[in-house]
Amino acid sequence: MASERHGMVEKRGAGLWLSHVIMILGVLVVFFPIWLAFVASTVTQPEIVKPPMPLWPGDQFIENYTKALFSGVNVPVGTMLVNSLVMAIGIAVGKIIISLLSAFAIVYFRFPGKTFFFWMIFLTLMLPVEVRIVPTYEVVAGFGMLNSYSGLIFPLIASATATFLFRQFFLTIPDELAEAARVDGASPMRFFWDIVVPMSRTNVAALFVILFIYGWNQYLWPLLITTDPEMNTIVMGIKQMFPSGDDVAEWPVIMATSILAMIPPVIVVVGMQRLFIRGLVDSEK
Amino acid sequence: MEKRVTFRGWLLPFLLIAPQVVISLVFFFYPAGQAIWQSLFIPDPFGLSSQYVGIGNFEYLFGDRFYLAAFGTTAVFSILVTLCSMIPALFLAVVADRLIKGSGVYRTLLIWPYAVAPAVAGVLWLFMFNTRVGVISWYLGTLGYDWNHVLNGGEAMGLVVVASAWGRISYNFLFFFAALQAVPRSVIEAAAIDGARFWRRFWTIVLPLLSPTTFFLLVVNIVYSFFETFGVIHTITAGGPQQSTTILVYKVFSDGFVGQDLGSSSAQSVVLLFVVGALTIIQFKFIEKRVHY
Repeated sequence: MASERHGMVEKRGAGLWLSHVIMILGVLVVFFPIWLAFVASTVTQPEIVKPPMPLWPGDQFIENYTKALFSGVNVPVGTMLVNSLVMAIGIAVGKIIISLLSAFAIVYFRFPGKTFFFWMIFLTLMLPVEVRIVPTYEVVAGFGMLNSYSGLIFPLIASATATFLFRQFFLTIPDELAEAARVDGASPMRFFWDIVVPMSRTNVAALFVILFIYGWNQYLWPLLITTDPEMNTIVMGIKQMFPSGDDVAEWPVIMATSILAMIPPVIVVVGMQRLFIRGLVDSEK
Repeated sequence: MEKRVTFRGWLLPFLLIAPQVVISLVFFFYPAGQAIWQSLFIPDPFGLSSQYVGIGNFEYLFGDRFYLAAFGTTAVFSILVTLCSMIPALFLAVVADRLIKGSGVYRTLLIWPYAVAPAVAGVLWLFMFNTRVGVISWYLGTLGYDWNHVLNGGEAMGLVVVASAWGRISYNFLFFFAALQAVPRSVIEAAAIDGARFWRRFWTIVLPLLSPTTFFLLVVNIVYSFFETFGVIHTITAGGPQQSTTILVYKVFSDGFVGQDLGSSSAQSVVLLFVVGALTIIQFKFIEKRVHY
């Protein structure tokens, strides 16, 4: 497709090579921070604290990653990885379920107060957690949900984006399908499970990718509500690994943790690139 | 838009919509209401009682030069983050669009930083510019430049801007690249036949056709720099030095949780609510237009 498209507009010789050179330079510059973190995670502490540190990986890979995963600084990084995984999957799956249900109700039923509920959900678009942190913290503390998975997950689970996405999609499902289901005497829930959910598979998958990353990368909320290191997530736990005061940070372990913190979302984004881009474009509509 | 065919009954739809409504009420509307309510009171230092002060907190807030400074800081920060993430992304997307082969490989490599959490991005950039061990600050030192973002507010701002813009380059690149691929080739070729060179075609044809995407990204990136950069600032500068990187969202946090000044923090939340509301309305107005484009 690409070569057809470019057909007759000049794309040859020096210009093309220059384009590749620019792209390679761009990729190198954009990648440099990640490369440097990786190098730092494979060398010893003395090599880092006597700058300049090497720019090529050393031989401490296994030592540093073993230390990070199984002992860490305050808590083993393995524990934080599990917490992050539970939180990210909990948020993604929870959002998808409640959004599928509420979008189904809004699209396929007429009931009193429907418009009211629709606007109520719509308004939640306007309230990022950063804006209402103090009172939300008090609510979660009141429920005794500090330092718990439910406290990490529930306040972030209701957002209008997924509901709107499913609503838009349900509106494109042909009316004949619902008509046929009704004529056959199928119950609404049967129609939901047998027709609507299977048809939404791609949308669900695309949304899962986006929401997983959203949940995994949360910082402020876990920072506030997990005072117990055992409940820390990896993204917020890295900052806790820096010593207070004048002590020197344990850079190789911190950098190994940074690399571990980015592996799951990178796998999801790069591995499911098509779904990811689709989810990104859809959820911003 | 409505469906012609709907199911009967009203109990079932209530049950279906209930989970989302209950969670919204408990974790969105009640806290937002609390923020508005608390913004009208000043609690005593022991938190035992509070005194109604009407709009006193707001009057105090808008007379506080640190708060007004945070507005200025937020404006500078968000404009810089938006520019530093959109211009390189547009440039790379234009170059990638010129390639016949290999643009997919570059795209795969360029989207990595999007997956990196803002807080982790903050740690990576902090590491490179650390005053003691940072590679870049060390090389700057050999060139005779003494980098110290811990003391120098301008350098601190520069560092949080770059760290915040970094991951967004990926995001903006994806949208620009997709938009460029959608530019009709016939238009470009017609211009080429008329003798328009690449840059002339870019300024007169491609860029105007990209304007919906550009406006969309402008709004989305401003929203991002307002609300999602907390992790970057907290890990790199914690708002310092001398509040030079304290943006509005950071101030809600530092006054509310660190300073325990609940009245002021709530009033700040309410101000931010209006800011988010305005940005959301702009976003929707614009998206409506985009559909008709």
